[in-house]
Amino acid sequence: MRTGSYASTKYLPFGDSALLVEFGDGINLELNRKVTALNEAILETEVQGVEGLVPTYRSLLICYNPLKTTYEQLVFRIREIEERPAESSAEVEGRKIVVPVVYGGEYGLDLGSVARYHGLMEEEVVKLHSGREYRVYMIGFVAGFPYLGEVPDEIATPRLGTPRLKVPAGSVGIAEKQTGIYPCEAPGGWQIIGRTPLELFDSMRQPPALLEPGDAVKFEPISEERFRAFRESVSKGVQTVFLEE
Amino acid sequence: MFTSVQDTGRYHYLRYGVPISGAMDLFSLAAANVVVGNSRNDACVETTLIGPELQALARTQLAVTGGEASPRVNGDEVPMWETLEICEGDVVSFGRMERGCRSYLSIRGGIDAPVVLGSRSTFARGGFGGIEGRRLKSGDMIEGFDIGLLDVGYSTPEGLRPQLTGKYEAHVVLGPQAGMFTERGMSTFFSNPYRVTLEADRMGYRLDGPLIEHRGRADIVSDALLPGAVQVPKDGKPIVIMRDAQTTGGYPKIGVVATPDVSLLGQARPNDTVEFVKVTVQQAEERAREHCRLLEGLSARLNGKRLR
Repeated sequence: MRTGSYASTKYLPFGDSALLVEFGDGINLELNRKVTALNEAILETEVQGVEGLVPTYRSLLICYNPLKTTYEQLVFRIREIEERPAESSAEVEGRKIVVPVVYGGEYGLDLGSVARYHGLMEEEVVKLHSGREYRVYMIGFVAGFPYLGEVPDEIATPRLGTPRLKVPAGSVGIAEKQTGIYPCEAPGGWQIIGRTPLELFDSMRQPPALLEPGDAVKFEPISEERFRAFRESVSKGVQTVFLEE
Repeated sequence: MFTSVQDTGRYHYLRYGVPISGAMDLFSLAAANVVVGNSRNDACVETTLIGPELQALARTQLAVTGGEASPRVNGDEVPMWETLEICEGDVVSFGRMERGCRSYLSIRGGIDAPVVLGSRSTFARGGFGGIEGRRLKSGDMIEGFDIGLLDVGYSTPEGLRPQLTGKYEAHVVLGPQAGMFTERGMSTFFSNPYRVTLEADRMGYRLDGPLIEHRGRADIVSDALLPGAVQVPKDGKPIVIMRDAQTTGGYPKIGVVATPDVSLLGQARPNDTVEFVKVTVQQAEERAREHCRLLEGLSARLNGKRLR
Protein backbone atom coordinates (compact mmCIF):
# COMPACT_ATOMS: atom_id res chain seq x y z
CA MET A 1 0.00 0.00 0.00
CA ARG A 2 1.26 3.42 -0.87
CA THR A 3 1.54 5.29 2.34
CA GLY A 4 3.94 8.15 2.20
CA SER A 5 7.43 9.33 2.88
CA TYR A 6 10.43 7.06 2.72
CA ALA A 7 12.52 6.83 5.86
CA SER A 8 15.31 8.34 3.80
CA THR A 9 15.00 10.23 0.52
CA LYS A 10 16.05 8.27 -2.55
CA TYR A 11 18.54 9.76 -5.00
CA LEU A 12 18.40 7.97 -8.34
CA PRO A 13 19.99 8.55 -11.75
CA PHE A 14 17.55 9.24 -14.57
CA GLY A 15 19.71 8.51 -17.63
CA ASP A 16 22.93 10.43 -18.20
CA SER A 17 21.80 13.98 -17.54
CA ALA A 18 19.14 13.93 -14.86
CA LEU A 19 18.80 13.14 -11.16
CA LEU A 20 15.55 12.00 -9.58
CA VAL A 21 14.97 12.88 -5.93
CA GLU A 22 12.17 10.65 -4.63
CA PHE A 23 10.58 11.40 -1.28
CA GLY A 24 8.09 8.56 -1.02
CA ASP A 25 5.30 6.71 -2.73
CA GLY A 26 1.74 7.95 -2.83
CA ILE A 27 -0.30 11.08 -3.23
CA ASN A 28 -0.44 13.22 -0.12
CA LEU A 29 0.16 16.75 0.97
CA GLU A 30 3.14 16.09 3.23
CA LEU A 31 5.03 14.32 0.46
CA ASN A 32 4.24 16.96 -2.14
CA ARG A 33 5.30 19.76 0.21
CA LYS A 34 8.75 18.19 0.36
CA VAL A 35 8.90 18.29 -3.43
CA THR A 36 7.90 21.93 -3.70
CA ALA A 37 10.16 22.91 -0.80
CA LEU A 38 13.22 21.36 -2.45
CA ASN A 39 12.21 22.85 -5.80
CA GLU A 40 12.07 26.34 -4.23
CA ALA A 41 15.32 25.86 -2.35
CA ILE A 42 17.17 24.84 -5.51
CA LEU A 43 15.76 27.80 -7.44
CA GLU A 44 16.91 30.14 -4.70
CA THR A 45 20.36 28.61 -4.36
CA GLU A 46 21.58 28.50 -8.00
CA VAL A 47 23.22 25.13 -8.22
CA GLN A 48 26.01 24.72 -10.77
CA GLY A 49 24.92 22.72 -13.83
CA VAL A 50 21.19 22.50 -13.10
CA GLU A 51 19.16 23.15 -16.24
CA GLY A 52 15.60 22.21 -15.41
CA LEU A 53 13.35 21.11 -12.59
CA VAL A 54 10.22 19.00 -12.89
CA PRO A 55 8.21 18.70 -9.67
CA THR A 56 5.72 15.82 -9.61
CA TYR A 57 3.56 14.17 -6.93
CA ARG A 58 6.32 12.66 -4.85
CA SER A 59 9.57 13.33 -6.68
CA LEU A 60 11.63 16.12 -8.21
CA LEU A 61 13.47 15.54 -11.48
CA ILE A 62 16.60 17.66 -11.83
CA CYS A 63 18.03 17.95 -15.35
CA TYR A 64 21.71 18.86 -15.52
CA ASN A 65 24.47 19.59 -17.99
CA PRO A 66 27.04 16.75 -17.76
CA LEU A 67 29.78 19.17 -18.87
CA LYS A 68 29.13 21.41 -15.87
CA THR A 69 28.61 18.87 -13.10
CA THR A 70 28.46 15.13 -12.47
CA TYR A 71 25.76 12.89 -11.02
CA GLU A 72 27.77 12.39 -7.84
CA GLN A 73 28.60 16.06 -7.37
CA LEU A 74 24.98 16.97 -7.88
CA VAL A 75 23.69 14.36 -5.41
CA PHE A 76 26.10 15.75 -2.82
CA ARG A 77 25.02 19.33 -3.48
CA ILE A 78 21.29 18.61 -3.49
CA ARG A 79 21.53 16.49 -0.33
CA GLU A 80 23.19 19.45 1.36
CA ILE A 81 20.27 21.64 0.38
CA GLU A 82 17.69 19.02 1.35
CA GLU A 83 19.21 18.53 4.76
CA ARG A 84 19.28 22.19 5.64
CA PRO A 85 17.16 22.87 8.71
CA ALA A 86 13.70 24.07 7.75
CA GLU A 87 13.63 27.85 7.83
CA SER A 88 10.77 30.27 8.16
CA SER A 89 10.16 29.79 4.45
CA ALA A 90 9.35 26.13 5.14
CA GLU A 91 5.73 26.67 4.25
CA VAL A 92 6.41 28.04 0.80
CA GLU A 93 2.87 28.08 -0.44
CA GLY A 94 1.92 29.27 -3.87
CA ARG A 95 -0.93 31.55 -4.76
CA LYS A 96 -4.59 30.83 -4.14
CA ILE A 97 -6.54 30.97 -7.37
CA VAL A 98 -10.30 31.03 -7.85
CA VAL A 99 -11.46 28.97 -10.82
CA PRO A 100 -15.00 29.80 -11.96
CA VAL A 101 -16.95 26.75 -13.15
CA VAL A 102 -20.34 26.26 -14.73
CA TYR A 103 -21.42 22.88 -13.43
CA GLY A 104 -23.59 20.25 -15.07
CA GLY A 105 -25.83 20.24 -18.12
CA GLU A 106 -23.96 20.28 -21.41
CA TYR A 107 -20.85 21.50 -19.57
CA GLY A 108 -20.69 18.59 -17.15
CA LEU A 109 -21.99 15.49 -18.91
CA ASP A 110 -21.02 13.17 -16.06
CA LEU A 111 -22.36 15.24 -13.14
CA GLY A 112 -25.57 13.20 -13.11
CA SER A 113 -23.84 9.83 -13.11
CA VAL A 114 -21.34 10.92 -10.45
CA ALA A 115 -24.27 12.00 -8.28
CA ARG A 116 -26.12 8.72 -8.84
CA TYR A 117 -22.98 6.67 -8.21
CA HIS A 118 -22.79 8.20 -4.74
CA GLY A 119 -26.53 8.45 -4.05
CA LEU A 120 -26.36 12.25 -3.96
CA MET A 121 -28.18 15.12 -5.64
CA GLU A 122 -26.23 17.00 -8.31
CA GLU A 123 -26.29 20.15 -6.16
CA GLU A 124 -24.63 18.23 -3.35
CA VAL A 125 -21.82 17.08 -5.64
CA VAL A 126 -21.29 20.69 -6.72
CA LYS A 127 -21.26 21.85 -3.11
CA LEU A 128 -18.75 19.17 -2.12
CA HIS A 129 -16.50 19.79 -5.12
CA SER A 130 -16.46 23.56 -4.73
CA GLY A 131 -16.42 23.51 -0.94
CA ARG A 132 -12.74 22.95 -0.37
CA GLU A 133 -9.38 24.21 -1.50
CA TYR A 134 -7.22 21.93 -3.65
CA ARG A 135 -3.49 21.78 -4.00
CA VAL A 136 -1.88 21.71 -7.43
CA TYR A 137 0.27 18.60 -7.13
CA MET A 138 1.79 18.73 -10.55
CA ILE A 139 1.23 19.72 -14.16
CA GLY A 140 1.38 16.95 -16.75
CA PHE A 141 -0.54 14.80 -19.26
CA VAL A 142 -0.96 17.76 -21.64
CA ALA A 143 0.50 21.26 -21.43
CA GLY A 144 -0.99 23.10 -18.47
CA PHE A 145 -3.14 20.22 -17.12
CA PRO A 146 -3.16 20.53 -13.31
CA TYR A 147 -3.49 17.45 -11.11
CA LEU A 148 -5.41 18.70 -8.05
CA GLY A 149 -6.15 16.91 -4.84
CA GLU A 150 -7.90 15.66 -2.97
CA VAL A 151 -11.66 15.64 -3.45
CA PRO A 152 -13.94 14.67 -0.54
CA ASP A 153 -14.37 10.87 -0.33
CA GLU A 154 -18.10 11.34 -0.94
CA ILE A 155 -17.45 12.32 -4.58
CA ALA A 156 -14.27 10.35 -5.37
CA THR A 157 -15.27 8.45 -8.51
CA PRO A 158 -13.42 5.95 -10.74
CA ARG A 159 -12.56 6.97 -14.30
CA LEU A 160 -14.96 6.28 -17.16
CA GLY A 161 -14.92 2.67 -18.36
CA THR A 162 -14.45 3.95 -21.89
CA PRO A 163 -12.54 7.23 -22.23
CA ARG A 164 -13.97 9.93 -24.49
CA LEU A 165 -12.10 10.68 -27.72
CA LYS A 166 -12.65 14.38 -27.18
CA VAL A 167 -13.10 16.22 -23.91
CA PRO A 168 -13.81 19.94 -24.52
CA ALA A 169 -11.24 22.51 -23.47
CA GLY A 170 -11.89 23.90 -19.99
CA SER A 171 -13.57 20.71 -18.77
CA VAL A 172 -13.30 20.06 -15.04
CA GLY A 173 -13.11 16.39 -14.12
CA ILE A 174 -12.77 13.89 -11.31
CA ALA A 175 -10.76 10.67 -11.31
CA GLU A 176 -10.66 8.82 -7.98
CA LYS A 177 -9.48 11.38 -5.44
CA GLN A 178 -8.00 13.73 -8.02
CA THR A 179 -9.67 16.60 -9.80
CA GLY A 180 -8.29 18.35 -12.84
CA ILE A 181 -8.94 20.76 -15.69
CA TYR A 182 -8.37 20.08 -19.40
CA PRO A 183 -6.58 23.13 -20.87
CA CYS A 184 -7.32 22.01 -24.41
CA GLU A 185 -9.45 19.47 -26.19
CA ALA A 186 -7.93 16.06 -25.52
CA PRO A 187 -8.97 12.44 -25.18
CA GLY A 188 -9.84 11.67 -21.57
CA GLY A 189 -11.34 9.26 -19.10
CA TRP A 190 -12.10 11.63 -16.24
CA GLN A 191 -15.68 12.22 -15.04
CA ILE A 192 -16.55 15.64 -16.44
CA ILE A 193 -18.70 17.68 -14.06
CA GLY A 194 -18.29 21.23 -15.32
CA ARG A 195 -16.35 23.69 -17.43
CA THR A 196 -14.26 26.74 -16.70
CA PRO A 197 -14.02 29.76 -19.01
CA LEU A 198 -10.39 30.30 -17.95
CA GLU A 199 -7.54 29.68 -20.39
CA LEU A 200 -5.28 27.37 -18.47
CA PHE A 201 -2.51 27.38 -21.03
CA ASP A 202 -1.33 29.94 -23.55
CA SER A 203 1.97 29.39 -25.33
CA MET A 204 2.33 33.14 -25.84
CA ARG A 205 2.04 33.94 -22.12
CA GLN A 206 4.95 33.99 -19.69
CA PRO A 207 4.67 31.66 -17.81
CA PRO A 208 2.45 29.78 -20.22
CA ALA A 209 0.49 27.80 -17.64
CA LEU A 210 -1.97 29.52 -15.32
CA LEU A 211 -1.27 27.17 -12.42
CA GLU A 212 1.99 26.07 -10.80
CA PRO A 213 2.70 23.09 -8.58
CA GLY A 214 2.10 24.26 -5.01
CA ASP A 215 -0.70 26.70 -5.88
CA ALA A 216 -4.11 26.34 -4.22
CA VAL A 217 -7.33 26.26 -6.23
CA LYS A 218 -10.90 26.99 -5.17
CA PHE A 219 -13.69 26.28 -7.64
CA GLU A 220 -16.50 28.83 -7.74
CA PRO A 221 -19.86 27.84 -9.26
CA ILE A 222 -21.05 30.38 -11.84
CA SER A 223 -24.02 30.69 -14.15
CA GLU A 224 -24.03 29.97 -17.85
CA GLU A 225 -24.41 33.71 -18.53
CA ARG A 226 -21.29 34.53 -16.56
CA PHE A 227 -19.46 31.72 -18.35
CA ARG A 228 -20.40 33.19 -21.74
CA ALA A 229 -19.46 36.72 -20.72
CA PHE A 230 -16.11 35.49 -19.47
CA ARG A 231 -15.39 33.59 -22.71
CA GLU A 232 -16.32 36.71 -24.64
CA SER A 233 -13.67 38.77 -22.87
CA VAL A 234 -11.09 35.97 -23.15
CA SER A 235 -11.62 35.95 -26.90
CA LYS A 236 -10.81 39.66 -26.88
CA GLY A 237 -7.57 38.91 -25.08
CA VAL A 238 -8.65 39.83 -21.57
CA GLN A 239 -8.56 37.25 -18.84
CA THR A 240 -9.23 38.24 -15.26
CA VAL A 241 -7.94 35.78 -12.74
CA PHE A 242 -9.08 36.11 -9.16
CA LEU A 243 -6.67 35.43 -6.39
CA GLU A 244 -7.92 34.86 -2.93
CA GLU A 245 -6.38 36.77 -0.05
CA MET B 1 5.04 11.62 -43.84
CA PHE B 2 5.70 14.12 -41.10
CA THR B 3 7.66 17.24 -42.03
CA SER B 4 8.08 20.03 -39.49
CA VAL B 5 10.41 22.79 -38.37
CA GLN B 6 12.60 21.74 -35.45
CA ASP B 7 15.57 23.09 -33.57
CA THR B 8 17.13 21.72 -30.38
CA GLY B 9 13.89 22.11 -28.42
CA ARG B 10 12.57 23.88 -25.35
CA TYR B 11 14.01 22.80 -22.01
CA HIS B 12 12.49 25.04 -19.38
CA TYR B 13 8.79 24.24 -19.54
CA LEU B 14 8.66 20.57 -18.61
CA ARG B 15 7.17 21.61 -15.27
CA TYR B 16 4.18 23.03 -17.21
CA GLY B 17 3.64 19.84 -19.16
CA VAL B 18 5.43 21.15 -22.27
CA PRO B 19 7.74 18.50 -23.73
CA ILE B 20 11.18 19.32 -25.09
CA SER B 21 10.28 18.54 -28.74
CA GLY B 22 13.13 19.45 -31.10
CA ALA B 23 14.99 17.25 -33.57
CA MET B 24 14.76 13.48 -33.07
CA ASP B 25 18.38 13.24 -34.28
CA LEU B 26 20.26 16.09 -32.67
CA PHE B 27 23.56 15.19 -34.28
CA SER B 28 22.19 15.39 -37.81
CA LEU B 29 20.47 18.68 -36.99
CA ALA B 30 23.77 20.12 -35.74
CA ALA B 31 25.67 18.88 -38.80
CA ALA B 32 23.08 20.28 -41.21
CA ASN B 33 23.51 23.66 -39.55
CA VAL B 34 27.28 23.86 -39.26
CA VAL B 35 27.96 22.90 -42.88
CA VAL B 36 26.04 26.02 -43.96
CA GLY B 37 27.73 28.12 -41.29
CA ASN B 38 24.65 28.33 -39.05
CA SER B 39 24.56 28.10 -35.27
CA ARG B 40 24.18 24.49 -34.18
CA ASN B 41 20.78 25.20 -32.68
CA ASP B 42 19.20 26.92 -35.67
CA ALA B 43 15.87 25.66 -36.93
CA CYS B 44 15.80 23.19 -39.81
CA VAL B 45 13.16 21.14 -41.57
CA GLU B 46 12.88 17.60 -40.22
CA THR B 47 11.34 15.13 -42.67
CA THR B 48 10.22 11.59 -41.94
CA LEU B 49 10.80 8.93 -44.62
CA ILE B 50 9.20 10.90 -47.46
CA GLY B 51 10.73 14.31 -48.09
CA PRO B 52 8.93 17.35 -49.50
CA GLU B 53 9.53 19.11 -52.78
CA LEU B 54 10.68 22.69 -52.43
CA GLN B 55 11.34 25.44 -54.89
CA ALA B 56 13.91 28.11 -54.13
CA LEU B 57 12.60 31.65 -54.48
CA ALA B 58 16.06 33.14 -54.12
CA ARG B 59 19.67 32.08 -54.30
CA THR B 60 20.74 30.31 -51.11
CA GLN B 61 22.83 27.53 -49.57
CA LEU B 62 21.47 24.49 -47.87
CA ALA B 63 22.35 21.00 -46.71
CA VAL B 64 20.65 17.66 -46.15
CA THR B 65 21.79 15.29 -43.39
CA GLY B 66 20.42 12.33 -41.45
CA GLY B 67 18.73 9.33 -43.07
CA GLU B 68 19.69 8.47 -46.68
CA ALA B 69 17.13 10.72 -48.30
CA SER B 70 18.48 10.73 -51.89
CA PRO B 71 18.20 14.51 -52.27
CA ARG B 72 18.00 15.98 -55.77
CA VAL B 73 18.29 19.44 -57.24
CA ASN B 74 16.36 19.81 -60.49
CA GLY B 75 16.26 16.02 -60.72
CA ASP B 76 20.02 15.50 -60.34
CA GLU B 77 21.28 13.65 -57.29
CA VAL B 78 23.29 15.77 -54.91
CA PRO B 79 25.48 14.71 -51.98
CA MET B 80 24.29 14.78 -48.39
CA TRP B 81 26.17 16.12 -45.38
CA GLU B 82 27.71 19.08 -47.22
CA THR B 83 27.01 22.64 -48.41
CA LEU B 84 24.86 22.83 -51.52
CA GLU B 85 24.49 25.94 -53.68
CA ILE B 86 20.96 26.67 -54.84
CA CYS B 87 19.83 29.19 -57.44
CA GLU B 88 16.49 30.93 -57.70
CA GLY B 89 13.99 28.57 -59.30
CA ASP B 90 15.89 25.38 -58.39
CA VAL B 91 13.68 22.53 -57.22
CA VAL B 92 14.86 20.42 -54.29
CA SER B 93 13.27 17.00 -53.98
CA PHE B 94 13.87 13.67 -52.29
CA GLY B 95 13.80 10.05 -53.38
CA ARG B 96 12.99 7.03 -51.24
CA MET B 97 14.73 7.05 -47.88
CA GLU B 98 16.75 3.85 -48.20
CA ARG B 99 18.18 3.83 -44.72
CA GLY B 100 17.42 5.76 -41.55
CA CYS B 101 14.15 7.50 -40.78
CA ARG B 102 14.58 11.25 -40.59
CA SER B 103 16.52 13.80 -42.58
CA TYR B 104 17.31 17.43 -41.88
CA LEU B 105 17.30 20.24 -44.36
CA SER B 106 19.08 23.39 -43.26
CA ILE B 107 18.98 26.79 -44.92
CA ARG B 108 21.81 29.29 -44.63
CA GLY B 109 20.87 31.75 -41.87
CA GLY B 110 18.60 29.31 -40.02
CA ILE B 111 14.86 29.07 -40.58
CA ASP B 112 12.92 32.15 -39.56
CA ALA B 113 10.03 30.89 -37.46
CA PRO B 114 8.63 32.56 -34.33
CA VAL B 115 10.33 31.71 -31.06
CA VAL B 116 7.67 30.24 -28.78
CA LEU B 117 8.65 29.36 -25.22
CA GLY B 118 12.30 29.73 -26.10
CA SER B 119 12.36 27.57 -29.23
CA ARG B 120 11.36 27.40 -32.89
CA SER B 121 10.49 23.70 -32.59
CA THR B 122 7.05 22.54 -33.64
CA PHE B 123 4.94 20.92 -30.94
CA ALA B 124 2.08 19.70 -33.11
CA ARG B 125 0.01 18.16 -30.34
CA GLY B 126 0.06 21.47 -28.49
CA GLY B 127 -0.52 23.40 -31.70
CA PHE B 128 2.38 25.81 -31.29
CA GLY B 129 5.92 26.41 -32.47
CA GLY B 130 7.52 26.07 -35.89
CA ILE B 131 5.19 27.08 -38.73
CA GLU B 132 1.81 27.68 -37.07
CA GLY B 133 2.25 24.75 -34.72
CA ARG B 134 1.74 22.13 -37.40
CA ARG B 135 3.41 19.94 -40.00
CA LEU B 136 4.40 21.70 -43.21
CA LYS B 137 2.02 21.55 -46.13
CA SER B 138 1.88 22.51 -49.75
CA GLY B 139 2.19 26.24 -50.29
CA ASP B 140 4.14 26.93 -47.08
CA MET B 141 7.09 29.28 -47.35
CA ILE B 142 10.21 28.78 -45.31
CA GLU B 143 12.85 31.45 -45.18
CA GLY B 144 16.36 31.67 -43.84
CA PHE B 145 17.56 34.76 -42.02
CA ASP B 146 19.59 36.94 -44.35
CA ILE B 147 23.22 36.65 -43.28
CA GLY B 148 24.88 36.52 -46.70
CA LEU B 149 26.30 33.43 -48.37
CA LEU B 150 29.41 31.38 -47.57
CA ASP B 151 32.46 31.73 -49.85
CA VAL B 152 33.69 28.27 -48.97
CA GLY B 153 31.66 25.17 -48.26
CA TYR B 154 31.97 22.36 -45.76
CA SER B 155 31.34 18.67 -45.53
CA THR B 156 30.88 16.37 -42.55
CA PRO B 157 33.58 13.70 -42.23
CA GLU B 158 32.14 10.25 -42.91
CA GLY B 159 33.48 8.90 -39.64
CA LEU B 160 31.24 11.25 -37.69
CA ARG B 161 27.99 10.40 -39.48
CA PRO B 162 25.58 7.99 -37.74
CA GLN B 163 25.76 4.35 -38.86
CA LEU B 164 22.29 3.57 -40.16
CA THR B 165 22.45 -0.20 -40.01
CA GLY B 166 18.89 -0.81 -38.88
CA LYS B 167 20.23 -2.65 -35.83
CA TYR B 168 20.78 -0.14 -33.09
CA GLU B 169 22.46 -0.45 -29.74
CA ALA B 170 20.96 1.69 -26.99
CA HIS B 171 22.97 2.16 -23.83
CA VAL B 172 20.72 2.27 -20.81
CA VAL B 173 21.12 3.41 -17.21
CA LEU B 174 18.84 1.42 -14.91
CA GLY B 175 15.61 3.33 -14.37
CA PRO B 176 14.03 4.60 -11.17
CA GLN B 177 11.64 1.64 -11.11
CA ALA B 178 14.17 -1.06 -12.03
CA GLY B 179 13.21 -2.75 -8.76
CA MET B 180 9.70 -3.38 -10.04
CA PHE B 181 10.99 -5.99 -12.51
CA THR B 182 12.03 -9.56 -11.78
CA GLU B 183 15.61 -10.68 -12.46
CA ARG B 184 14.25 -12.66 -15.36
CA GLY B 185 12.49 -9.56 -16.66
CA MET B 186 15.73 -7.59 -16.46
CA SER B 187 17.62 -10.31 -18.21
CA THR B 188 15.00 -10.49 -20.96
CA PHE B 189 15.24 -6.74 -21.53
CA PHE B 190 19.02 -6.73 -21.83
CA SER B 191 19.56 -9.90 -23.81
CA ASN B 192 17.04 -9.75 -26.62
CA PRO B 193 16.65 -7.47 -29.63
CA TYR B 194 13.36 -5.57 -29.80
CA ARG B 195 11.64 -4.67 -33.04
CA VAL B 196 10.35 -1.17 -33.75
CA THR B 197 6.64 -1.48 -34.57
CA LEU B 198 4.54 0.74 -36.83
CA GLU B 199 3.45 2.61 -33.71
CA ALA B 200 6.61 4.65 -33.59
CA ASP B 201 6.57 8.42 -33.85
CA ARG B 202 7.80 11.61 -32.23
CA MET B 203 5.89 10.78 -29.04
CA GLY B 204 7.35 7.35 -28.53
CA TYR B 205 8.36 4.05 -30.03
CA ARG B 206 6.36 0.92 -29.16
CA LEU B 207 8.65 -2.08 -29.39
CA ASP B 208 7.85 -5.74 -29.87
CA GLY B 209 9.75 -8.70 -28.49
CA PRO B 210 9.97 -11.06 -25.51
CA LEU B 211 7.71 -9.88 -22.73
CA ILE B 212 9.34 -8.27 -19.72
CA GLU B 213 8.20 -9.57 -16.37
CA HIS B 214 7.15 -7.33 -13.48
CA ARG B 215 7.45 -8.38 -9.84
CA GLY B 216 3.95 -7.21 -8.99
CA ARG B 217 2.23 -3.96 -9.93
CA ALA B 218 2.75 -2.44 -13.36
CA ASP B 219 1.77 1.09 -12.48
CA ILE B 220 3.23 3.88 -10.38
CA VAL B 221 2.23 7.26 -9.02
CA SER B 222 2.84 9.36 -12.15
CA ASP B 223 6.21 11.02 -12.28
CA ALA B 224 8.43 12.79 -14.79
CA LEU B 225 9.37 11.49 -18.23
CA LEU B 226 12.20 12.56 -20.53
CA PRO B 227 13.11 11.39 -24.04
CA GLY B 228 14.94 8.07 -23.68
CA ALA B 229 12.91 6.79 -20.72
CA VAL B 230 11.81 3.19 -21.32
CA GLN B 231 8.41 2.38 -19.83
CA VAL B 232 7.07 -1.13 -19.53
CA PRO B 233 3.30 -1.33 -19.00
CA LYS B 234 1.44 -4.43 -17.84
CA ASP B 235 1.60 -6.07 -21.27
CA GLY B 236 5.37 -6.41 -20.93
CA LYS B 237 6.33 -4.58 -24.12
CA PRO B 238 8.72 -1.65 -23.80
CA ILE B 239 7.93 1.88 -25.00
CA VAL B 240 10.80 4.31 -25.59
CA ILE B 241 9.64 7.81 -24.79
CA MET B 242 10.55 10.37 -27.47
CA ARG B 243 10.62 14.12 -27.85
CA ASP B 244 6.93 15.05 -28.06
CA ALA B 245 5.78 12.64 -25.34
CA GLN B 246 3.76 13.58 -22.28
CA THR B 247 6.00 14.92 -19.55
CA THR B 248 4.58 12.66 -16.84
CA GLY B 249 3.55 9.01 -16.88
CA GLY B 250 2.33 6.18 -14.71
CA TYR B 251 4.15 3.12 -16.07
CA PRO B 252 7.31 1.77 -14.44
CA LYS B 253 10.56 2.75 -16.11
CA ILE B 254 13.06 -0.09 -16.48
CA GLY B 255 15.81 2.16 -17.81
CA VAL B 256 16.68 5.43 -19.49
CA VAL B 257 18.52 5.49 -22.83
CA ALA B 258 21.70 7.57 -23.01
CA THR B 259 21.40 10.93 -24.80
CA PRO B 260 23.55 10.13 -27.87
CA ASP B 261 21.57 6.92 -28.41
CA VAL B 262 18.23 8.74 -28.26
CA SER B 263 19.40 10.60 -31.37
CA LEU B 264 20.45 7.33 -32.97
CA LEU B 265 17.02 5.86 -32.27
CA GLY B 266 15.60 8.92 -34.00
CA GLN B 267 16.84 7.18 -37.16
CA ALA B 268 15.19 3.83 -36.38
CA ARG B 269 12.25 2.94 -38.58
CA PRO B 270 9.56 0.24 -38.28
CA ASN B 271 11.10 -3.27 -38.31
CA ASP B 272 14.53 -2.01 -37.27
CA THR B 273 15.82 -3.58 -34.08
CA VAL B 274 17.10 -2.16 -30.83
CA GLU B 275 19.35 -3.97 -28.36
CA PHE B 276 19.61 -2.51 -24.91
CA VAL B 277 22.99 -2.51 -23.19
CA LYS B 278 23.28 -1.80 -19.49
CA VAL B 279 25.79 0.85 -18.41
CA THR B 280 26.53 2.66 -15.17
CA VAL B 281 25.63 6.29 -14.78
CA GLN B 282 29.35 7.16 -14.78
CA GLN B 283 29.88 5.38 -18.10
CA ALA B 284 26.79 7.04 -19.53
CA GLU B 285 27.91 10.49 -18.34
CA GLU B 286 31.30 10.05 -19.95
CA ARG B 287 29.66 9.30 -23.32
CA ALA B 288 27.26 12.18 -22.85
CA ARG B 289 30.19 14.54 -22.25
CA GLU B 290 31.94 13.24 -25.36
CA HIS B 291 28.76 13.75 -27.33
CA CYS B 292 28.34 17.33 -26.03
CA ARG B 293 31.97 18.07 -26.94
CA LEU B 294 31.44 16.55 -30.37
CA LEU B 295 28.46 18.80 -31.02
CA GLU B 296 30.15 21.90 -29.62
CA GLY B 297 33.34 21.33 -31.62
CA LEU B 298 31.67 20.12 -34.80
CA SER B 299 32.42 23.14 -36.98
CA ALA B 300 36.13 22.73 -36.27
CA ARG B 301 36.05 19.15 -37.55
CA LEU B 302 34.44 19.76 -40.92
CA ASN B 303 36.26 19.24 -44.20
CA GLY B 304 36.46 22.16 -46.61
CA LYS B 305 34.59 22.06 -49.90
CA ARG B 306 34.96 24.16 -53.00
CA LEU B 307 31.86 26.02 -54.04
CA ARG B 308 30.99 27.19 -57.54
